[in-house]
Amino acid sequence: MEAEAAALLGKYIGAGMACTAMGGAGVGVGHVVGNYLSGALRNPAAAKEQTATLFLGIAFAEALGIFGFLIAMLLMFAV
Amino acid sequence: MASSEASGGGLSIHPMEQFEITPLFGEGELGLLTVTNSTLWMALVLAAVCALLIFGMRGRALVPTRVQSMAEILYGFVRQMVTDVLGEEGVKFFPYIFTLFVFILFSNLLGLIPYSFTITSHIAVTGVLALLVFGTVITLGFIKNGLGFLKLFWIDAAPLALRPILAVIELISFFVRPLSHSIRLAGNMMAGHAVLKVFAAFVPALSIFGILPLAMMVAMTGLEVLVACVQAYIFAILTCIYLNDALHPGH
Repeated sequence: MEAEAAALLGKYIGAGMACTAMGGAGVGVGHVVGNYLSGALRNPAAAKEQTATLFLGIAFAEALGIFGFLIAMLLMFAV
Repeated sequence: MASSEASGGGLSIHPMEQFEITPLFGEGELGLLTVTNSTLWMALVLAAVCALLIFGMRGRALVPTRVQSMAEILYGFVRQMVTDVLGEEGVKFFPYIFTLFVFILFSNLLGLIPYSFTITSHIAVTGVLALLVFGTVITLGFIKNGLGFLKLFWIDAAPLALRPILAVIELISFFVRPLSHSIRLAGNMMAGHAVLKVFAAFVPALSIFGILPLAMMVAMTGLEVLVACVQAYIFAILTCIYLNDALHPGH
């Protein structure tokens, strides 16, 4: 019984810790968009062609945060 | 689901319940051919796509009606994306990418209707889509370039001593692609809907102040519409980029 309670505690703590990955993804997405914006304000003519690259960068940065979210969900509902 | 044991904290929040797959007719085990709510919503997505693209385009008017111009904008947008990334020779992949984009866009958007079911929130669905792309890239790469496809991992621009290390890294990142491709879409959809459900549970719990989470939910739904469109776009453009690797592995 003791071991089971400890496992449950570890599960919830682990799920919470996995959510810190979302913070990293937030920093990454903010970095991408901020740099895009500062570049776009300096050269607005070239900004429109780079929106595809912008969304790609956001997607790649965000994917790693989503991995963390997935680990949290797996810990909460699957393990 | 472990939600029954987790409901001891006063609030009863079951954010994951909406993703449960249930058979439409009767009870019992889910078999390979059981008609589930996922099947129903896939059929509805198909019906919506057909309604827009077949019946909307029926008139073929020179000055398009509203529905026809929506279909034309959708077509032109994806066409532009494919030619931008793949060039003119990639136009033969346009039907595949258009199918992927429209299917994902419609299932994301139909999933936003209250009480509906989001089929793209399941990794089983997005995983199959991503594995199809992955298989297409590998098959096409070897057919088009033979063993030259392996140049994708052997980067000529790097110094010779670094190339084996880079090859290993490139190989790993190549095989992680279907995983990240599918989890990005499913995770985004699942996370958005789960957050909406969590806020929905706050509304009755706060009585009169429940208007605040309700307003938050309205704003959040607006954001989710944006996310639904952006994720469909990202899935399609990543497919283009991966296919570009198969067509031109040298660079």
